[in-house]
Amino acid sequence: MVDAYFVGIAILTIGTSIVALESKELIYGAIALAISMLGIAGFFLLLDAQFVAMFQITVYVGAVAVLVIFTVMLVRTQDLFSTKDDKGRKVGGIILALVTLGGVGAIFLVSGITNPMFGNLDSDPIDIKEIGKSMLTYYSPALIVLGLTLAGAVIGALALARREGLLKENESIN
Amino acid sequence: MNQLIDFVIISIALFSIGIYGLVVKRNAIRMIFSIEIIANAANLNLVAFSRHVHNVEGQVFALFSIAIAAAEVAVALGIIIIAYRLYKQIDVHEFRSLKG
Repeated sequence: MVDAYFVGIAILTIGTSIVALESKELIYGAIALAISMLGIAGFFLLLDAQFVAMFQITVYVGAVAVLVIFTVMLVRTQDLFSTKDDKGRKVGGIILALVTLGGVGAIFLVSGITNPMFGNLDSDPIDIKEIGKSMLTYYSPALIVLGLTLAGAVIGALALARREGLLKENESIN
Repeated sequence: MNQLIDFVIISIALFSIGIYGLVVKRNAIRMIFSIEIIANAANLNLVAFSRHVHNVEGQVFALFSIAIAAAEVAVALGIIIIAYRLYKQIDVHEFRSLKG
């Protein structure tokens, strides 16, 4: 059986992720997405993964959500966000989502992981020291590549959002 | 006590919400939201299995995945701002310059 915390966080997370996609104003959607990510961090805390939960809050709620909100404010105008979703596409999307939910859910429900004996929550939670050790020994090349990827992505995003080149191009077109 | 299957079901639900958003929405920023929701569902699955199988790798991969997702969002939002400047809108159906 699930406990009350789990039910509360589940309703919060799934509800806000639906609001993120369906809200009229894009800015409310961005805030709902941030709350949904906070809910995921709550799940991580329920799973005794404190470090991942804090990382999630720092990166997603702290950085990604703020970045998205800034972009929404930069791009915001009155009539640009009234893009209509056509009805048939919406029905198709809902059917596809339900088929995915039912199909993958059925596969997991008939698989062995519903057995309470699968995995044991009674074992000690994973220590942060173990995460750090494996990150700095076996996975250290991946960590370095990750740092380079992040640097490349940030430089690339800055180069993309630069203004001068674009203005010159527009002038030459005119 | 929460079982593994409960977390997996929440993860599948978030995944299908993300699939719905990717299929239906035409606004580029909403599609980014959908991708983020799907990435979060995958991370939840990784950490849930890591806890129940008692394996460090799940959490390490989740950390890597979160960092990669942050980089991806930065680039995607840069592209959206550029596209908005060029086309004056963020409806993906209007971005048709590459269409043959």
